[in-house]
Amino acid sequence: MNIVVLVKLVPDLVEELEIDSSGATLDTTFMRMIINEPDEHALEQAIILKEREGGEVTVLGPAIEDIDGVLFTAFAKGSDRLIKLVDGFELEVNNHALARAFTSVIRELNPDLVLTGVQAHNDLDGSLGPLVAEYLGMSYVGYVSGVTSSGDKLTVRKEYPGGLIGEMEVAIPAVLGIQSAEQPPRYVAISKVRQAMKTATIDEQTLTELDPSGGPTVSQMFQPQVGERAEMIEGDIDQIAAKLVELFGDLGVV
Amino acid sequence: MPIRETFWNIPHWAEIGQYVLGLLTFLILVYGIWRHIRRWKLDKSVLRPGQWGKRLTNLFTQALVQLRTLKDIYPGIMHFTIFWGTIALLIGTALATIDWDVTHLLFDFQFLVGVVYNLFEVILDIFGLLLIVGIALAIYRRYISRPARLQDFPEPGLGTEDAFILVMLTLIAISGYLVEGLRIAVTQPEWAAWSPVGNVLASLFIAIGDPTNQTLHLVLWIFHIVISFVMIAAIPYTKLFHLLAAPVNIFFSSLEPVGALAPARYTSGPGVEKMSDFTWNQILNFESCTRCGRCQDQCPAHISGAALSPRDVIIKLGMQVWEPENGKSLHGDVISAEELWACTTCLACVDVCPVFINQLWSIVDMRRFLVDEGQIDAMLQDALANLGRYGNSFGQSERMRAKWTQPIEPKIKDARKEPVDYLWFVGDYASYHASLTDITRMTSEVFKKAGLDYGILYEGEKNSGNDARRAGEEGLFEMMVEENVATFESCEFKAIVTTDPHTYNTLKNEYPAEVNGDKPILHYSELLDQLITSGKLELSKKLNYKVTYHDPCYLGRYNKIFDAPRRVIEATGCTIVEMPRHRDQALCCGAGGGRIWMDEIEVEERPSEARIHEAVGLGDVQVFAVTCPKDVTMYQDAVKTTGHEDRLVVKDLIELVHEAL
Amino acid sequence: MGDNIYVVIEHLQGQVSEISYVMLAAGRALASGIGGELVAILLGHQAQNLAGDLAADRVLYMDDPALAEFTPDAYQLALAELIKTDTPRAVLLGDTSVGAEVAGALSVRLEIPLVSRCSSVHAKEGTPKFVSQICGGKIMAEGDLPGPTALVTMVPGDFKAEEGQSDQPAEVTSIPAPSFDDLKVTLKQYIEPEVGDVDISTEPILIAVGRGIQQEANLELAEELAAALGGTICASRPVVDQGWLPISRLVGKSGKSVKPKLFLAIGISGAPEHVEAVTGSETIIAINTDPAAPIFDIAKYGANVDLFELVPALTEQLQGS
Repeated sequence: MNIVVLVKLVPDLVEELEIDSSGATLDTTFMRMIINEPDEHALEQAIILKEREGGEVTVLGPAIEDIDGVLFTAFAKGSDRLIKLVDGFELEVNNHALARAFTSVIRELNPDLVLTGVQAHNDLDGSLGPLVAEYLGMSYVGYVSGVTSSGDKLTVRKEYPGGLIGEMEVAIPAVLGIQSAEQPPRYVAISKVRQAMKTATIDEQTLTELDPSGGPTVSQMFQPQVGERAEMIEGDIDQIAAKLVELFGDLGVV
Repeated sequence: MPIRETFWNIPHWAEIGQYVLGLLTFLILVYGIWRHIRRWKLDKSVLRPGQWGKRLTNLFTQALVQLRTLKDIYPGIMHFTIFWGTIALLIGTALATIDWDVTHLLFDFQFLVGVVYNLFEVILDIFGLLLIVGIALAIYRRYISRPARLQDFPEPGLGTEDAFILVMLTLIAISGYLVEGLRIAVTQPEWAAWSPVGNVLASLFIAIGDPTNQTLHLVLWIFHIVISFVMIAAIPYTKLFHLLAAPVNIFFSSLEPVGALAPARYTSGPGVEKMSDFTWNQILNFESCTRCGRCQDQCPAHISGAALSPRDVIIKLGMQVWEPENGKSLHGDVISAEELWACTTCLACVDVCPVFINQLWSIVDMRRFLVDEGQIDAMLQDALANLGRYGNSFGQSERMRAKWTQPIEPKIKDARKEPVDYLWFVGDYASYHASLTDITRMTSEVFKKAGLDYGILYEGEKNSGNDARRAGEEGLFEMMVEENVATFESCEFKAIVTTDPHTYNTLKNEYPAEVNGDKPILHYSELLDQLITSGKLELSKKLNYKVTYHDPCYLGRYNKIFDAPRRVIEATGCTIVEMPRHRDQALCCGAGGGRIWMDEIEVEERPSEARIHEAVGLGDVQVFAVTCPKDVTMYQDAVKTTGHEDRLVVKDLIELVHEAL
Repeated sequence: MGDNIYVVIEHLQGQVSEISYVMLAAGRALASGIGGELVAILLGHQAQNLAGDLAADRVLYMDDPALAEFTPDAYQLALAELIKTDTPRAVLLGDTSVGAEVAGALSVRLEIPLVSRCSSVHAKEGTPKFVSQICGGKIMAEGDLPGPTALVTMVPGDFKAEEGQSDQPAEVTSIPAPSFDDLKVTLKQYIEPEVGDVDISTEPILIAVGRGIQQEANLELAEELAAALGGTICASRPVVDQGWLPISRLVGKSGKSVKPKLFLAIGISGAPEHVEAVTGSETIIAINTDPAAPIFDIAKYGANVDLFELVPALTEQLQGS
């Protein structure tokens, strides 16, 4: 199976996020961009499928910050081809623009299956998967946590609220938004990544322009007030525990 | 004149038979040895040549004088007497043979005559006795006192082999004396008293009947000869092979600092996947093992009830050397992942091995394969990913690394921006762990008080990589080294100081020479010791606590820093009460080698808890002093979980010093 | 027409999802702010009865066997034509495994803008606005709702589900369904979550553990506390993804929504996917080392301490009392 995995880089939430002076975007000074976590699951699922059923995995990402590191890591994990889209990417490129950019490249790759993370924490204009699917004219199923293939059909497990799973049959080619891979993403040793840096090549696809239309314009960003509603219990551990026990009593749970 | 009629009562056919048998034995022996050597893959890169003087000294002190073997007194004496008893008798037999069948036969000259012969006889008799004493000690130990470390071998047949060797030794010793006794009983030479044991046996033979039973003598003589040859021939086919392998192993053992782990070799991947990926030094390690079990006795994982016995790892690898094509895979069938991950890399096994096996080297080499294959637990995976991404195992931003300095005024110097005398490498735990930042700040206060010109690297510091390396992530370690070295190179400093023994170990022993070549790497206990001794740091108060001190593995066993922290503790006016296991015998806290990042193993008792019980067992000790940030967290937890919070306080060395200012 | 707000009602196995009511409440705020009508769109098969308690001005009901259960293709087809001809000011869908994929496709197909992760839509001086919750709830992004028709996917936030419910049934108008030939995605079956385990959605006392628990062995701490409190253990996504607890214990998107008397969150940062499922709790108490953790925004009480210290102490005191 010819699988394309789309990865996107998102701000690392480990770093404290700050809003820049314009008040409408994130301050990028200390921002670290990392691979979107569900995209790691998408990549893992792609490699699991490849290992199980053969085929080729191509990983596609926008040339932002450490995309090379992300792609080489993907190669070390077992993907076959790496492509980055260069030029014109701001850190905060929206999904409509990204989807349009990806689409032209994906078409040429003629994949059976496109996998991407079901969502990213900075999606402001919908998630990437359904947009790409529609541009490509393919079907899309999101919140997927398991994929098996049989001929030109896929059976996917789609998660619904409450732990309910919908088993869906999807004709290929299709785009799937992966919630979680069948196994947690594997660890790849640094030596393998370093090896990949020496042996793998990243194809560059140059884009002429990015079209962000279809997304909203943000006029203001703000951080929700910390502890707005929670009354913080202070003191040493035993005092806090005692206060909690008292609260439990007031709530009538003990 | 005293002289022995060698081959007295031995018919010519038996004498010839002996030589034929001897030749056969020799051939079997040589074949056996060749079989072994054939398996040692000759890999020049780890041949470890050079420093022959040092190697010969090691050979003499460890193979002949057996200093390390003797450290454990009972088995030490047992081994020493058996070894030297056997060797002396072997030499004696060889001398007698040369005397008779070489010099006498060819040159009609004998040297075992007169006083020399008398001395020869008395010395051999004494060594024979020593051998019997040794055998008795061994039998008592193995079959009556039965220490755990000699039980439950991974292959039951091994116990039979051990019994075979003991029985053979016993028979050789007894039959030898009986042959001597019968000969003396018949010939009754004037100089019989020079063979005290033989003489006593001769009197017994005379007393119980026909002293001239020459047939019995001949039968016994043949028996003695045959089993002796069988025993010699068995050397390369049993654990007796250690007679040859152990000295070679000792001779070729690494002369690097023990804290420097052998780097990954990147044959196919960085680790050992199959037997043929081991170096010949490692195969030699396995071949040298005598199954003495000392390593198992010291192993914190084994003591706590985890799946690991370093003894069994080496035994199993040793057995696998012989059946590389038995369809068993090294990983899984021979050595399980649980065993490999249970190791805390405390070095206790390596430190006690009488034949200088480095169990840790092979364990880490196999871990390297597992890491390369991504077969690691989720927690370790997170920690390693965090180290790669953020340079710390906590998964926190680099920018938070120096957050602990925020209340400190004036700001601690940034060693990246101005020259300092001491570059303080703070380490992950001291920087990020919420319950350690007070201690870290105290360290800075003490440094300031001592007038030290010091600075830190702020967010430029990365984890040193010591534990990542021991978890088997060699590539990550290399990356950490590169990043830290690049930072060091941009700084001007005269020495590096750290409170973390793990960091200390790798900076001192594993970082490239441009870091540790000309600049001292100091553990804070060493620096404090220097400052106090030179009078730069004055301690005005006497604390008068009763303190027990826990030697961190990476400071004590790894780097032999035992006295500096003790001197500092004494300088604070505290009295040290030693735990039974201290200095190089100290029990590991269980956190080393990346274990602190892994899912906890189900154990009977955590090593850290066992350690607290050991300290509490001392009676009125008030303070459990440590010199490692990880130890502070490990033992604070253990004091709580063992319910000894009211009996014992865990304190970092700096807390004592700070209090005594 | 141009000022109407459409809300696409989500329902699963014959039950209207909570988010639908939240969207009706939000839609109401927006519709009244711009002077439009609030219209609920119900897609289904023999599902007209689901319209009963929707607090909308009107309900448009489309009935077709292909709409009996959700499939993305059918929903997209059903809505595309409707939106194109009606041109409402905004179409609200859930930012869920139902709404999100429909909205994305429609945005491209109809070339209309899409705003996701909205915790609020409202009007300010007649201008429709959105507020999105991004970056794990750490950042709120505000802006004008793009036009002429905006697709909006919503997360629970400022609006309560009860405000979207009404005991006055709205007028239901049946609308024709398009042709559903050639659907490429079909539902084969539902797989119910494992039975035999407790149903956390009805438990009165929940002890919820998150990424902060660090390792499987530490679950024991939480279990001891649960035993002392007489409560039940549940978890956020990372814990379930590791396989430390079954998915039946998952609270959040793809998991369950809970409404216990006491929700004690241990080491949970409070990502929006989780938060939306716990807001029904009577009292939320959160323990987290990160003082900026969004969980404190919804908790009534909080303690900014290490759970490994507090939880054993708390268990001990409870056992003592």
